[in-house]
Amino acid sequence: MIHINITDLWLSNYVPILIYSTASQNNSNSGWETKAVEFFQDQLKERDTHTLVPSLNDVPLHYLKPNSLVKFRCLIQDMFDPEFYMGVYETVDPSTKTKMLRCGKYKDVTECGVDFNSRNTVTAERQTFYCVPIPGENPWVKEISSSCLTEARVVPSTSYAPSRQKRSYEEDDDMDTQPQKQREPHAGPHSPSEHHGNGDCKRQETEAPSSQTASASHLDLNFPLPGEKGPSCLVKVYEDWDRFKLNDTLEVYGILSVNLQFILSMETAEEQRVHSPPASLVPRLHMLHAKPLPHNNPLLPSAALEDNSAFLSSTLSEMASVREEILSYFTHVLLGDALAAEYLILHLISNVYSRRDVLPLGKFTLNLSGCPTVASYTERFYQIIQQLVPSSHYLAMSLQNMNQMRLVPKKDYVANRLVSGALQLARNTSLFLDETQLEQGQLDTTGVRNVTALGNLISWQKVDYDFNYHQMEFPCNINVLIASEGRSLLPSDCQIHLQPQVAPSHLEESLSSIHMHPQASSQLNKFRIYLSMARLLDYSISDEVTKSVEDDFVDMRKDDPQSISAEDLHRMLVVARLLSLSLGQTSLSRDSWLRAKHIEMLRRSRMEQHKCVNGNEP
Amino acid sequence: MKGLISIYILIPGSSCIQPNEVDMSSPLMYGTPSSRVEGTPRSGVRGTPARQRPDLGSVRKAPQVDLHSEPVAVASEPNAGQRLVIWGTDVNVGTCKEKFQRFLQRFTDPNSTEDENAGLDLNEPLYMQKLEEISVVGDPVLNVNCRHVQSFDAELYRQLICYPQEVIPTFDMAVNELFFERFPDSILEYQIQVRPYNALKTRNMRSLNPEDIDQLITISGMVIRTSQLIPEMQEGFFQCQVCAYSTRVEVDRGRIAEPAVCRNCNNTHSLALVHNRSVFSDKQMIKVQESPEDMPAGQTPHTTVVYAHNDLVDKVQPGDRVNITGIYRAVPMRVNPRQNNVKSVYKTHIDAIHFRKTDEKRLHGLDEEAEQKLFTEDRVQTLKELAAKPDVYERLSSALAPSIYEHEDIKKGILLQLFGGTRKDFSQTGRGNFRAEVNILLCGDPGTSKSQLLQYVYNLVPRGQYTSGKGSSAVGLTAYVMKDPETRQLVLQTGALVLSDNGICCIDEFDKMSDNTRSVLHEVMEQQTLSIAKAGIICQLNARTAVLAAANPVESQWNPKKTTIENIQLPHTLLSRFDLIFLMLDPQDEAYDRRLAHHLVSLYYQSEEQMEEEFLDMAVLKDYIAYARTYISPRLSEEASQALIEAYVDMRKIGSGRGMVSAYPRQLESLIRLAEAHAKVRFSEKVESIDVEEAKRLHREALKQSATDPRTGFVDISILTTGMSATARKRKEEVAQALKKLIQAKGKTPAMKYQQLLDDLRGQSETAITKELFDEALRALADEDYLTVTGKTVRLLA
Repeated sequence: MIHINITDLWLSNYVPILIYSTASQNNSNSGWETKAVEFFQDQLKERDTHTLVPSLNDVPLHYLKPNSLVKFRCLIQDMFDPEFYMGVYETVDPSTKTKMLRCGKYKDVTECGVDFNSRNTVTAERQTFYCVPIPGENPWVKEISSSCLTEARVVPSTSYAPSRQKRSYEEDDDMDTQPQKQREPHAGPHSPSEHHGNGDCKRQETEAPSSQTASASHLDLNFPLPGEKGPSCLVKVYEDWDRFKLNDTLEVYGILSVNLQFILSMETAEEQRVHSPPASLVPRLHMLHAKPLPHNNPLLPSAALEDNSAFLSSTLSEMASVREEILSYFTHVLLGDALAAEYLILHLISNVYSRRDVLPLGKFTLNLSGCPTVASYTERFYQIIQQLVPSSHYLAMSLQNMNQMRLVPKKDYVANRLVSGALQLARNTSLFLDETQLEQGQLDTTGVRNVTALGNLISWQKVDYDFNYHQMEFPCNINVLIASEGRSLLPSDCQIHLQPQVAPSHLEESLSSIHMHPQASSQLNKFRIYLSMARLLDYSISDEVTKSVEDDFVDMRKDDPQSISAEDLHRMLVVARLLSLSLGQTSLSRDSWLRAKHIEMLRRSRMEQHKCVNGNEP
Repeated sequence: MKGLISIYILIPGSSCIQPNEVDMSSPLMYGTPSSRVEGTPRSGVRGTPARQRPDLGSVRKAPQVDLHSEPVAVASEPNAGQRLVIWGTDVNVGTCKEKFQRFLQRFTDPNSTEDENAGLDLNEPLYMQKLEEISVVGDPVLNVNCRHVQSFDAELYRQLICYPQEVIPTFDMAVNELFFERFPDSILEYQIQVRPYNALKTRNMRSLNPEDIDQLITISGMVIRTSQLIPEMQEGFFQCQVCAYSTRVEVDRGRIAEPAVCRNCNNTHSLALVHNRSVFSDKQMIKVQESPEDMPAGQTPHTTVVYAHNDLVDKVQPGDRVNITGIYRAVPMRVNPRQNNVKSVYKTHIDAIHFRKTDEKRLHGLDEEAEQKLFTEDRVQTLKELAAKPDVYERLSSALAPSIYEHEDIKKGILLQLFGGTRKDFSQTGRGNFRAEVNILLCGDPGTSKSQLLQYVYNLVPRGQYTSGKGSSAVGLTAYVMKDPETRQLVLQTGALVLSDNGICCIDEFDKMSDNTRSVLHEVMEQQTLSIAKAGIICQLNARTAVLAAANPVESQWNPKKTTIENIQLPHTLLSRFDLIFLMLDPQDEAYDRRLAHHLVSLYYQSEEQMEEEFLDMAVLKDYIAYARTYISPRLSEEASQALIEAYVDMRKIGSGRGMVSAYPRQLESLIRLAEAHAKVRFSEKVESIDVEEAKRLHREALKQSATDPRTGFVDISILTTGMSATARKRKEEVAQALKKLIQAKGKTPAMKYQQLLDDLRGQSETAITKELFDEALRALADEDYLTVTGKTVRLLA
């Protein structure tokens, strides 16, 4: 059939082909169109072709040609109502009176001269998703994925600079916009990059307090996290929209449409603003193909692991050695506490892999207590994590934040949209809760609700979205790490008390030495691949080992029934699983089980020493 | 073609009456000054004005045939007069009318259960009785159940669904002819309008697709927003500025053709629109969202715009659950009125013809699920097969929260709670409603998966609520009054307890709840109502909810040396309202440990399919419970009553030997409820002795756990009912008597030192006297007016 050379032609030629194929629908009933889409999908499977397609994430909108093929790495933030459109319609040329059948698919606006009474009109249905860039995606991911693009034309746009400037001014005036203030007590508007390498400068942008987002843009683009930027997009889906779920992460390939038309007849002004925002701000993307993303780490091949056995075996063999490196690195970061470092690795590779009725399996929320409150230790610690995981978010649990922030998404019936909240996150996002920021004081209704939402997130891995008249439960898969001074007031799967091996007087010194040098990026990349890989591995347990685990449990209970409860066994099974995976082993061995038992014992004995007395549930 | 259409548009008597005919003295003028009431009150089809039906959309808005483009197939076939059909449809007005009249005259529904039909003779033609009702009441609306039409004449039904815009006016005509023939003397405000409802099966909003456009549909959903009233002009009134000649122009496709020339004086551009004499109809935009039950997991709900017209305006409020019957419309959106370029998207909405609130009946205390949850026959068959199995009770209880290990009796208790007892009404005898719900309290060590069990139940029942004692206030549980920011209206917002009416309210961390909050539970847990007196709103709401609560012991670990009350520190008044109180303790035995370990390991490593095989599917369990709750209401058999009486007498006998009461009527009521619930599990309409046996066993098990006196090892119900075991009470009395003797022995000393007295008593007594015991003894004596305690001195009273 059609033969085209996959070069630059690809982008500009593809769309015309589509239109060509669909225009001929009147004689061969959409057969052409499916063939065209299939052909396109086949082409995408070929190595590297997808890198030829410009990405909305990296290329500013005004550099992209309307009606060209683009891709977008995004999260489905909201689903609008399905809409009916003219799938096929007939136009009449006013001068010649000739009629012509046209296709309305993959387009927003019809051609001139539509004959409304034509019998050939076919009404079809499509669905609209409101998509935003993956919330909390870290700068290194963005950098690497944009450098992968052969089409990389421009460095990310600078058009946001003025608004950032403005934000800084406000900061000066407004002394209580806390998170940034506390993080950098002496940071002026010009100095962010002077302090901690370039990673931090980027972080500033993603972490602006929520109160200031409104000034950045008049149109609230409804990003889950405050201070995010990037394009959001209305994705039109033509097929199988039922297979997509809210909060799915996708890579969408589609035809960009930036038609500057305003539609007058929406229900209310508010609704109109949300559902048909100016296309220059929120472009429309007509989906041809979507690829669900199991992870958003650009260093890993995007194809499923099973299909890429070469990559799999090479990394698996290396895992044990990388683990040693990362362990010593974390030990250094955690002030010489090797046990805490061990648990940190387990936490970072944890993943909800299944659910049994209401119980999520595989979650491993870590509460790191005993964090030093000096020298903004928790923030520095977060920066390290940010360098390693693809997406993460830092949430300072200050009273003000808890009382004011919108954590749980809420349906706004006036504008008819789901107003996002900070807990609307993609799977495997690392959520860093900094409880050292919490001071004494009163939590108001919102505060209590927010704390409850965090508790639910940790215990059940679900968020109850607020639909005003009822709540709706959305399962999630978020790694929560709580840094606190004493035992956290939130529940956790595992608590470990930090034991710095550094004298308090040297604390400051050793803290300043912990951040990683940017030049060691090959090292960093190794860690990044390691953490993402460990999470994707399969895992099993043999009958033999099952038996010995059971025996162990019975023996332990025999000696001292108080020493281990069912809940402890739950945790030990998770620890054993994660420990095996962290070593690159896909099934539990006797050794790993003993090792898991051992570190659990060490942790528990440490907890005995730090018996807490803070009145939270024992 | 035009003429054919006008048959049903220009219903005689509508627009041909001249305005000067309006009789200002007509009594009808007062009630509805804005509606078009014309003509003296006459009866008969000709005398009663027809009212426009904007809900159907006038036919003038129907697609016009472009006469130049193609030869119009005018549907009139000249040779067969009977085959005359409306253009674009296969509807023949005459046949259709005839068929509908036959339907009205003949249709009976002897098995009707709809509450609208209450008081009607079910063996007589249903709709004729309704017409009679109309003639008496004077409300000219006839609601027609489409299902009736379908069972009577499937062809007519098909036409109604496919061409509602044409068929309903025909129905209107038919019914009016019939009505005025039957009741020639009745006077109606306007002609009767037919409102069909219950079209097809009630359809999910999600399944609407382009094929439904312009068809009659019924969807269910929840109203989320209603707009202000929108006056929509139906007819413009123009008056000539020169000669005062007036004329009316009907609105055509949203436009009024302003007459350029006055027909009377021939002046051009002399006519002006007079607003307050033009005819407007009421219109309201309503947003409906699909109900949470209909939604697939992980998606957001869809919304649909509904337009309500005339008297349907303000029929529904935000928050109402409704079934809407109407015509589904799609209108192309114009980017710019002057441009030919259109956005290729249609705007869709539903023109409402009929609203039916689905949750309305909750106010009347009827079980609504009866109609809501319809089971397919296959499903019912599966459920019945399951029920016939001898071990259904065990099967179901093990299907409950399979991830939680053992605790068989607790699961059985919760299972019975899910089914509930039979609802009985004793309001005639002054007792009010008899509680049918079973309340359960779980107490035990932290980390014994109590919360998980609660979460499971919350996810299982359709009307479940989950709340934590720590995070909720009395207000969050009951109801509160809120001012709507937009309308400034006071709105009653209901809390968890009211929301879980007919469901289960799961309360975690029950012990952490404030006393104030807990006190509202007293009423709910026995009377099953909730009284509110707030901001001028006084009302009593139904809260027929079962409570499933979980509490942790006060001292973090359960102290086996203490009673339940002492361990969880809850008031006994509240505890006695729980039918079953279970302890979830960590049993310490090797065989158990092994089974537990095996269970947990396999939980983590078995694949999903393996688990599925072992246990019943959650969906089956859900349906099973819903079916039993809806259709089964067991009654006590003679044999069972005897067994219950015996059981109760036995329970009372146990204690009487030791001089204490061991059972109260409340326990008997619990037994009855549990037995009924067990009968429901078996899908049995009769409570038999096996049900009583199981109820007794479960009740005894629960008591054994929670009401065992740690001092004596006996089960003592008074621990739960009075907060103190009988032995403890006896001991208290003994100490008080000893103390009294001691004081009397001291002779005439009006005042004593507290500490001195305690030491003396301790010296005298053989058993250890704690300070608390001593205080209680003092209090007992003070109650007898024997002495009084002020600070550290004890004074004798004369």
